[in-house]
Amino acid sequence: MTATDTAGATGTVATAAPAPAADPAATAAALALGDDALVLAQRLGEWAGNAPVLEEEVALANIALDLLGQARVLLSLVGDEDELAFLREERDFRNVQLVEQPNGDFAHTIARQLYFSTYQRLLYAALASGDGPLTGLAAKAVKEVAYHQDHAEHWTLRLGDGTEESHRRMQAGCDALWRYTGELFQPLDGLGLDTAALEAAWLDSVTTVLTRAGLTVPDAPRTGAWRAGAGRQGLHTESFGRMLAEMQHLHRSHPGAAW
Amino acid sequence: MTAGTAGTAVTAQAPGAHAADAAAQAAREAVFDAAVAADERIEPRDWMPEAYRASLVRQIAQHAHSEIIGMQPEANWITRAPSLRRKAILMAKVQDEAGHGLYLYSAAETLGVSRDELLDKLHTGRQKYSSIFNYPTLTWADVGAIGWLVDGAAITNQVPLCRCSYGPYARAMVRVCKEESFHQRQGYEALLALSRGTEAQHAMAQDAVDRWWWPSLMMFGPPDDESTHTAQAMAWKIKRHSNDELRQRFVDIAAPQAETLGLTLPDPDLKWNEERGHYDFGPIDWAEFWDVLKGNGPCNDQRINQRRRAHEDGAWVREAAAAYARKHTGQHGEAQA
Repeated sequence: MTATDTAGATGTVATAAPAPAADPAATAAALALGDDALVLAQRLGEWAGNAPVLEEEVALANIALDLLGQARVLLSLVGDEDELAFLREERDFRNVQLVEQPNGDFAHTIARQLYFSTYQRLLYAALASGDGPLTGLAAKAVKEVAYHQDHAEHWTLRLGDGTEESHRRMQAGCDALWRYTGELFQPLDGLGLDTAALEAAWLDSVTTVLTRAGLTVPDAPRTGAWRAGAGRQGLHTESFGRMLAEMQHLHRSHPGAAW
Repeated sequence: MTAGTAGTAVTAQAPGAHAADAAAQAAREAVFDAAVAADERIEPRDWMPEAYRASLVRQIAQHAHSEIIGMQPEANWITRAPSLRRKAILMAKVQDEAGHGLYLYSAAETLGVSRDELLDKLHTGRQKYSSIFNYPTLTWADVGAIGWLVDGAAITNQVPLCRCSYGPYARAMVRVCKEESFHQRQGYEALLALSRGTEAQHAMAQDAVDRWWWPSLMMFGPPDDESTHTAQAMAWKIKRHSNDELRQRFVDIAAPQAETLGLTLPDPDLKWNEERGHYDFGPIDWAEFWDVLKGNGPCNDQRINQRRRAHEDGAWVREAAAAYARKHTGQHGEAQA
């Protein structure tokens, strides 16, 4: 929001990229987490100029920028950030299906943010306390995602416990996205995470917020016909290809150009 | 600050003088005029002529609306930016614009209007925004051209506003100008990358500059002899320079920059005039300017419709936030009682 923040966003992430991680499992994990952040940043970028209040224009763009910053660091661990973002096909992306889900209404976006930022905060907190290849990134990112989670939780409360209509919409958002949450806890090789513990903490945190908001915790399976883990294997939902077409079009139209 | 103190002193006498007589009115005007003449800042609680207040509300609101509508042509390229670095820069810029809108609505609110009221006037076409945002962003290079030319013109207009006689507006401008000049440098740098890039990129940059140059010159408003508000605004030290002066200043800065960029400006009459010490430039198509201002530009309908739609689609969210706040302050109140 300030010139200084902008400077951070435009800094030297690309040129000062650390050397690619040597461990292939860690590289795969960095790619998966980088894709999560990139794809969600892209979705949030679609809100610009469309938010319900000006304060949310600022907040959603701010969250998108944080995620894009994380994506750039993570992808740079794997290779060239722009090649990875703009020249891979849909089947090569490793993000979870949750983050590629279309924005829907504001409640749908908030439900996606609640589920994902809770996951990211627990994940990065665990990574930050370890000594793996992503510890440094995680230590910085955990501060950002704590803010994202706070933002999502406050809106979940306002919408869940606001008007009848907002309650209905928030419940619908939570229900519709529930099936994509199981995938978050598929083991990611190379990170040494206790995914069962992560999942238990996630369920606990999300249940607490939904309950406080007067919402019902969805009583449905947390995986769908595309089983949990499908996104991590490059199997995505239909809207994802269209999202990539828009994101990659210009870059692909000018092969080898610098921007 | 003397304006504030003196203003307060006069106000303090006001309760006694229930039917403010002509003498008291003249005294207030004299204090105001003296403060403006001495280059002091007028603050929200100071007495000010109603026309001064109305003129500031109009100008600050229009400025705020321009920030908000101005997000659209650039946001149009966020999802398509050609590198992650450029995408981050653009997102940060659009976020800054929303922030500028917020500062400016706050500044306007110190004059006794509400943000909701002003937004309503924007949505119903009773208040305007800068005509420049009614032009479409057709290629990626337009994002660079907007940064360089549109933000450049905005800065030329806004830097003198940092010394505007109304304190809250002047202070908002100090913050806005810092961020704007940052955006402008980034826009210039983006265009430079295109100009020095492939042939296709260079052509893209030239095409964008060709389309944005004249609309940018129109941002300074009508020529001095047709500007209805200028004389009074300058007397009140809201404005410090006339439209034509600022336009000339902008051309003098932009013309050599275009050369450094390796791009041409679409004006055959543009050339340095040694005698004047300024660039001469060709005539502006004022018919187009007035037409766009009247609502007939390429994107007027689209811009206002998107703004209305965002506002209407968001109504239930704002209602929810208000209902939640009522419930929870209510509970808090009961708990205290």
